[in-house]
Amino acid sequence: MLTTAPRDPAALPRLLITVLALLLLWPGLSLSELDLAVLVDGDNTRAMGNFLAGFWPPAHDGEFLALLGRATLETLAIATAGMSLALLIAVPAALLASRALSLSAVHRGGRPAWWANLARWPVRGLLIFLRSVPEIVWALLFVRAVGLGPTAGVLAIAITYAGMLGKVYAEIFESVDARPTRALLGAGSSRLSAFAYGVLPNAAGEMLSYTVYRWECAIRASVVMGFVGAGGLGQQIDLSLRMFAGGEVASMLLTFLLLVLLADQFSRLLRARLT
Amino acid sequence: MRAGNLILLAAILGAVAASFVYLGIDLGALVAGDSLAQMGKYASGFLQPDFSAAHLQAIGRGALETLAMSAIGTLLAALLGLALALPAAGRFGGVALHLTRLLLNALRAIPELVWAALMVLAAGLGPNAGTLALALHTAGVLGRLFAEALENTPREPADAIRESGGGRMLAFCYGTLPGVWPQLVAYTLYRWENNIRMASVLGFVGAGGLGQMLYVSLSLFQEAQAATVILAMLLLVLAVDALSGWARQRWVS
Repeated sequence: MLTTAPRDPAALPRLLITVLALLLLWPGLSLSELDLAVLVDGDNTRAMGNFLAGFWPPAHDGEFLALLGRATLETLAIATAGMSLALLIAVPAALLASRALSLSAVHRGGRPAWWANLARWPVRGLLIFLRSVPEIVWALLFVRAVGLGPTAGVLAIAITYAGMLGKVYAEIFESVDARPTRALLGAGSSRLSAFAYGVLPNAAGEMLSYTVYRWECAIRASVVMGFVGAGGLGQQIDLSLRMFAGGEVASMLLTFLLLVLLADQFSRLLRARLT
Repeated sequence: MRAGNLILLAAILGAVAASFVYLGIDLGALVAGDSLAQMGKYASGFLQPDFSAAHLQAIGRGALETLAMSAIGTLLAALLGLALALPAAGRFGGVALHLTRLLLNALRAIPELVWAALMVLAAGLGPNAGTLALALHTAGVLGRLFAEALENTPREPADAIRESGGGRMLAFCYGTLPGVWPQLVAYTLYRWENNIRMASVLGFVGAGGLGQMLYVSLSLFQEAQAATVILAMLLLVLAVDALSGWARQRWVS
């Protein structure tokens, strides 16, 4: 016969942990100026209600749709152009940073000499720096340097994604079977041909699928970067938000969702075909 | 297959070329004439970061604000996410399941920065808007993860409590929750890590924290001050990465 337990034996520790967490988070409440009441405040709700009411129907007149189409194409073009520039930086940087083609490692069981590792650090450090600064910060900097528009977005994507792709490529080169490369290097081939015939055949599939995945991320990033003036769909969303044009915001958000969905499907298709 | 691959390769190269043509990017103009010198002058402004005590103090406050935004935003998101995960895991019938899933998808599909821009309109400038934006987007992500965790947890403990006469609430708290709790905490901490990064850039649309400081100092052409803010952001990101890496090795693996 089951009798109800008089009390929960774990209640006290749980209570203490909760109180401790609340004490730690308390200063955060004032620092983050959290105020949910603002949302239900009379004036604000009315302004927001009017704005949201404008969401339906989404704007769909011919002129706006043409603008939307141009902005969408611009977003796609920013992502594609940025990725191709990123590849131009990432592949040489990955070759320099990777241990896979180390000559000193051939006779040392795959471990490069210490001075060889030291020589790789500048490139590794550069790649870390490039990818640690968020792409939208790069975009903001480039908007100031080269002016408003898609060029800033392309450069920002190129820089950040060069850092990410360079690191991942270097790791892929190191993770594939090292024996063909070592045999080629040991037999006296040049490092570039050892790469082309020893590493690349095994690494190409993984590289391609990661690159396509990053292209998909670049599309999302290029939409977000538009908010600091780097062109594309994001810049139009920002403009319409500032003009309180609810219908335009609604149709642009829908376009964004559709674009992300299509890019997702397309990259899945491309990866299935290429790998 | 061969021809197909060649066509695909040609299509990709064509798309890349078309992108450059469509955007009208003149890479030559970027390096020609005095534009390179101008960019060099702009960049050299960043080489002498401003380490004055007053500025460092402002940055410390901004960093604390960023941390607070991310922590409170993630906490709100976890609460909202759990509240939405229960119907999304099918505990209140089929209609509620589809409605909440739609809501979660919508919350998650809109990026944080767009939410922040919307919240700045709804709640005014400042960290409050950033906290709400993080809470809304993260609630979508966590709600979905929580719902999956709830679906995958074994039902037997809760059923046993129900069959021996416990209420629904008791069955959930003592039958289901202990099983999924570690997963919920792990997901929430992982999102918090993400949100610290996001919180430092949400300020670009006016939502407080380090991002707003960077935006303002760049708008005023104070490169020295901006450089310090970027350094602070880098430090914050690296510190969070190191901390979470250590915590994961210590507790999760």
